[in-house]
Amino acid sequence: MSLRQTVDKIKPTFSEGGKFGWLHSTFDAFESFLFVPDTVTKNGVHVRDSVDLKRVITAAMVALLPCVLFSMWNIGYQRNLAIGGDMGFWAMIWFGFLKILPLYLVTYIVGLGIEFTSAQLRGHEVNEGFLFSGLIIPMIVPVTIPLWMLGLAVAFAVIFGKEVFGGTGMNIWNPALLARAFLFFSYPNQMSGDGIWVATRKADVIVDGFSGATPLSQVSGGLDAIQYSVSDMFLGTIPGSVGETCKVAILIGAFVLIYTGVGSWKIMLSSVLGGLFVGFLGTAFGATDVPAWYHLIMGGFLFGTVFMATDPVTAAQTETGKWIYGFLVGAIAVVIRLFNPGYPEGMMLSILLLNTFAPLIDHCVVNHNIKKRLGRVKTV
Amino acid sequence: MSDYIRLKQGLDLPIKGAAALEVTKTVEPDLVAVKPSDWRGVIPRLLVREGDAVKAGTPLFADKQNPDIVFCSPVSGTVNAIVRGDKRKLLAVTVKADGKNESLKFSAPEVSKANRNAVRELLLQSGLWACIKQRPYGTVANPQATPKAVFISGFNTAPLGADLDFVLAGELPCIQAGIDALAKLTDGGVHLSLNRENCGKTEFRNLKNVITHVFAGAHPAGNVGIQINHISPINKGETIWTVNLQDVAAIGRLFLNGVYDTAKTIAVAGPAVKNPSYVKVPQGVAISALAEYFDNSEGDIRIISGDVLSGTTVGNDGFLGFYDNLVSVVPEGNYHEMFGWVKPFRCKKFSFSRTYWSWLCGKGRKYQMDTNTNGGQRAFFVSDVYGKVLPMDIYPVYLFKAILAGDIEKMEQLGIYEVIEEDVALCEYVCPSKIEIQNIVGKGIDLMLKEMA
Repeated sequence: MSLRQTVDKIKPTFSEGGKFGWLHSTFDAFESFLFVPDTVTKNGVHVRDSVDLKRVITAAMVALLPCVLFSMWNIGYQRNLAIGGDMGFWAMIWFGFLKILPLYLVTYIVGLGIEFTSAQLRGHEVNEGFLFSGLIIPMIVPVTIPLWMLGLAVAFAVIFGKEVFGGTGMNIWNPALLARAFLFFSYPNQMSGDGIWVATRKADVIVDGFSGATPLSQVSGGLDAIQYSVSDMFLGTIPGSVGETCKVAILIGAFVLIYTGVGSWKIMLSSVLGGLFVGFLGTAFGATDVPAWYHLIMGGFLFGTVFMATDPVTAAQTETGKWIYGFLVGAIAVVIRLFNPGYPEGMMLSILLLNTFAPLIDHCVVNHNIKKRLGRVKTV
Repeated sequence: MSDYIRLKQGLDLPIKGAAALEVTKTVEPDLVAVKPSDWRGVIPRLLVREGDAVKAGTPLFADKQNPDIVFCSPVSGTVNAIVRGDKRKLLAVTVKADGKNESLKFSAPEVSKANRNAVRELLLQSGLWACIKQRPYGTVANPQATPKAVFISGFNTAPLGADLDFVLAGELPCIQAGIDALAKLTDGGVHLSLNRENCGKTEFRNLKNVITHVFAGAHPAGNVGIQINHISPINKGETIWTVNLQDVAAIGRLFLNGVYDTAKTIAVAGPAVKNPSYVKVPQGVAISALAEYFDNSEGDIRIISGDVLSGTTVGNDGFLGFYDNLVSVVPEGNYHEMFGWVKPFRCKKFSFSRTYWSWLCGKGRKYQMDTNTNGGQRAFFVSDVYGKVLPMDIYPVYLFKAILAGDIEKMEQLGIYEVIEEDVALCEYVCPSKIEIQNIVGKGIDLMLKEMA
């Protein structure tokens, strides 16, 4: 019996009126995961484009994969540095894999569990949005984060960041960043400082001189305080949130997002420009001696710009609005970095802030269009 | 003398089965239908009974709100059936032709000397007034109004759409007469849009008494609504009238010969058509007269009057729509495809987005499209995709959301007067969330009609 026949056979049980009718959303989700549904167009267009939300989300996940893969290696590599050991390439990856797997398990089980339940309660189809959010959340936390905290943060983000607004497409803030913000403000000890970015085993002995600090925590001391080379920061062989370190992997992701059209190049470009602009002002007025372009390769600036600021739901939705939104994301992130030494990573707050203001930006842009339309009447 | 407008947004749907430029059949009038549903907002009042003898041009029903507007039989014969649906709603009046092809004789004034009233009276009396659509809303034009201009699109960009130069070959004198007549109805002149690609060759460039515009770009550049938006956008309180070029020729025939002659050449096209080509048919022809072009014995194809984006499903027993000059036939897509969305290649599928590879396959490649939705419906998610296929100064998502919210003031502000369903059909096609956008816009227009009445 083919899989299709099996599915068709058990389908009545899970349809409305069936024994497990209350599980129909869950069943639909798995069925449409296995098979493109056989639904046909009814009103309006008779043929439809092949793209659907699953495909869009898949493209975004593919874009993130290089970061995920690199981060596994880097977790192992950082431990190796910390203990001054001589782990091989595969040993580092294996160590990283074992560290990152529980993060993913917790994120997906908690997040998807809530998504399925709420879809079930509302009788909707399960939305694919969390597949991407779930892939990105472990990338933006320290690898040492306690799993129960992570689970709590994911639950908070999905319930209060998304479901209360009506699910994917309705949310105001990027759910992944909301999870990170929750962790940051609830458990600052586990989210900042120098001791949390490198995973080690209990028995490991840290070698002298290994700090485990991120470049961002050193930036307030000026250029000389940054103990990492530019190439290290660019290649990503530095401590930091799990997926943010390797700029090469992020640029590959950016390439995929821009090429498939899933991520907006306008937001990415304007965010970089905004960051450089404020960074340049900072050096010009003597607030810091760190060159503006350093900000692009330190911390989560680039990662946030490419993967989080471009979230199509929470970003500005008008094309003009995207330029303004992106520029402000980059600019405010660097402002926070320069003027708030107690809190070096500005990207998260900057994006969340602009998520909040994106509807206002769009409102202004759309109002301009409305005024233009009204103006037409007056000139005639 | 003509201005040139280049549209960047849009998409020419690469669907298989374009009609070859030859007429492969002439359908003699047999069974035809006139359907009130072809006109938005018309509430029909029946004027004939079953068995009545009619000629081409005999009114079958009139609009209750505007009894001057009548809808006529396209052929001579007897009224075959009055088809009613739920709540006795009039669905169609069918006429069985007698083969004599007689038309009522109208005493047409010479166009050049006729005044506005005479032209209007003749169009109303002959039933050809129904050819004139009004913007906003795409209803039948209100005879009491004077539009700021009349717009005619001289080319067709819809998927598999009929080539107007081909179907109207040799009709130039009729078109000219039709344009001269329409020009009497407005002070703003008759605007004709031509396609950049063939504006040097087309006969239509020789038409007089028109203001010509040249457009370049993919579909929907040929939609008259898009053209209006770029030439003379509609503001609150203004009306513009639009007429299909083939109907302009019919109006011309009325003024030249005094007859109701709406026979036209249509394309029969699509992936499920055996011999895609052109057919000469009477208006409202029964689809069964075209049976040799496709095989629907399994019931696994969809027959559409109009194009695949905004046409109407008519089925084996249906009839050609009043404004349509195309019958599209596509396979139904009621099948499951295992892991379809995750397959990396899926080269036989077309997508406007680059999440598939079809953009690599060259522009000439055509695809076997079917009616599968290719995914389930979701909330609005991707924000910039609609703007890429809507060459208008409009923020589509905001307009759609205003309609969903029933916010009339916002709908006005965001441009509800400037769109009808066909203009946003491509937005619906490319929508990854599979939202029924034409349906939304249709509801918005219905709401406006109700509230503004």
